[in-house]
Amino acid sequence: MANVSIRAVRKAFGTTQILHGVDVEVDDGEFVILVGPSGCGKSTLLRMIAGLENITRGEIAIGGRVVNNVAPKERDIAMVFQNYALYPHMTVRDNMAFSLKLAKAPKAVLEQKVGRAADILGLGQLLERYPRQLSGGQRQRVAMGRAIVRDPQVFLFDEPLSNLDAKLRVNMRAEIKDLHQRLKTTTIYVTHDQIEAMTMADKIVVMHAGRVEQIGAPLDLYDRPANQFVAGFIGSPAMNFLNGNVRGGMCEVNGVRLPLPAGTSGEEGRPVVYGIRPEHWVLSGDGVPALVRVTEPTGSETQVMARVGDTAITCAFRERVAAKPGETIHIAPTPHQVHLFDQQTGMRLN
Amino acid sequence: MTDTVILPDDTMADHTTADDVTDHESTGILSSESRMRRIVTVYVPLACFLVVLLFPFYWMGITTFKPDSELLDYRNNNPFWITSPTLQNIRKLLFETDYPRWLWTTMTVAFGATALSLFSSVLAAYAIERLRFRGSGYVGLGIYMAYLVPPSILFIPLATIVFQLGLFDTSWALILTYPTFLIPFCTWLLIGYFKSIPYELEECALIDGASRLQILRRITLPLAVPGLISAGIFAFTLSWNEFIYALAFISSSENKTVPVAILTELVQGDVYQWGALMAGSLLGSLPVAIFYSFFVEYYVSSLTGAVKE
Repeated sequence: MANVSIRAVRKAFGTTQILHGVDVEVDDGEFVILVGPSGCGKSTLLRMIAGLENITRGEIAIGGRVVNNVAPKERDIAMVFQNYALYPHMTVRDNMAFSLKLAKAPKAVLEQKVGRAADILGLGQLLERYPRQLSGGQRQRVAMGRAIVRDPQVFLFDEPLSNLDAKLRVNMRAEIKDLHQRLKTTTIYVTHDQIEAMTMADKIVVMHAGRVEQIGAPLDLYDRPANQFVAGFIGSPAMNFLNGNVRGGMCEVNGVRLPLPAGTSGEEGRPVVYGIRPEHWVLSGDGVPALVRVTEPTGSETQVMARVGDTAITCAFRERVAAKPGETIHIAPTPHQVHLFDQQTGMRLN
Repeated sequence: MTDTVILPDDTMADHTTADDVTDHESTGILSSESRMRRIVTVYVPLACFLVVLLFPFYWMGITTFKPDSELLDYRNNNPFWITSPTLQNIRKLLFETDYPRWLWTTMTVAFGATALSLFSSVLAAYAIERLRFRGSGYVGLGIYMAYLVPPSILFIPLATIVFQLGLFDTSWALILTYPTFLIPFCTWLLIGYFKSIPYELEECALIDGASRLQILRRITLPLAVPGLISAGIFAFTLSWNEFIYALAFISSSENKTVPVAILTELVQGDVYQWGALMAGSLLGSLPVAIFYSFFVEYYVSSLTGAVKE
């Protein structure tokens, strides 16, 4: 196990800049998730940690050793690829034992390590099968088994669940988390799915257009997003953004006045983005009027798509809402859960 | 009463039967129509192809076993059939000429040139496709351009080289010159095949601790077997049938390859020994056909499918 330091790392392919100076500290035994929309550079960063891409500038250290010029095989890492990358011509056993065979490990050690990984992942029955004879979830497990066998300092996962169906994804998510809790190996995991990030990570790194937008614990990012991008990216359904102006200690949006969060020293007339999560609206008789467009009852909650002025918003209520499309309901934000952002820079104001 | 009751039933029954018949007929018409369409669009063209492709073999086969009397007299004999088959031509070919030796030379040259070409092509294709060094694209293109230079131009400078190396009139002259057209061909075929092998497999092996050569030997090549076989078959066939270089670089009768030898040794002046010629061609094409038949599945899969996990 080891910590990983990423310091001012930049990456360019020709003249195209992919990463514009990224700093991330991953502590020993931590589960860190790099999350962001496609093309944000998260996979490139992971591949740079693995040694599959050169580092244009900056440095990456694993366990205190700078690995910029160290070959992948000497970095003591194991990687699970999106398409699993199982060797099709080898059985599950050979797939898992490949790295040990290359390292010329004694047969007894090899058997013992493969056996242990197979036990951990429940692959004992499948050892003599070929990858083509396995289901998606089983392949995924073999790919993880191959990583476990190596007993590396760092596990790297590159969108490992994106090829699985929704139900299996939830199961595997729990399995990976459980695995991490048992092995306590430093893990860096890339995904574009913020739910995966929220549910699995100790620490989330939100990336966007080659930059780190925010680093923090899942609930910190949810409760106090540093900017409008993070606010919109974390949480499902996504946060509502209403453009307005600060007027008389309130935020005026489309002629509607919404309460500002406590401790906001808004300059009069300043253009702001008023951010409120769908679940932080409450039904209130003296709230602002919202025209209902669609209601989606899911059983545990009711989602209502509505309009405040000419801005479309989404609300999620724990109670059941009987409102029909075309009717008006009155809703109010819970003030201490309101996020205020600058309209120009998108940075958090409260 | 009974009659009146029965009548409508009968009529109904008749109706149903009539309907059934019409249905059957209509499906019958449909199926016969689609069968006709299949025959016209699939089987007739296929049959034409087969006739065109197989007729030379048939002609070669019957000529091999025809006695001279039948072969030279079409007025009194059916040219498409044999009445009294003979092994005379084969006996003559095997025991009165150097044919076994020509066959042996052709075999060694084809195997030698194929092995050499495959070895070089694997390394070249892997380097161009996977190592992606600066200018690898141009190198690939250059190799392809080399393939476009016709052998009828290339054999003149090659003859000089062969002569200066002291290889003239030896099998080595052919084993070393055939790769000039085999390597470009095989390299291009293998580049295409290597492309179909997921890159992640190699990256994964790289992390697992394999060197480039280990990756090539333990990951890429085992997965590229269909591609290798297909390249091997092409190279073998091209070497087996090669004519110009074999004609230009070999002079003594015993060192000749089959295609050249049967033409230069079995045609004396303006006398064509048709029986022996055809026997030579038949025996010469058999090894290739046998070779093909072993690998036909790999060969087809290399042309149609990629690597599946």
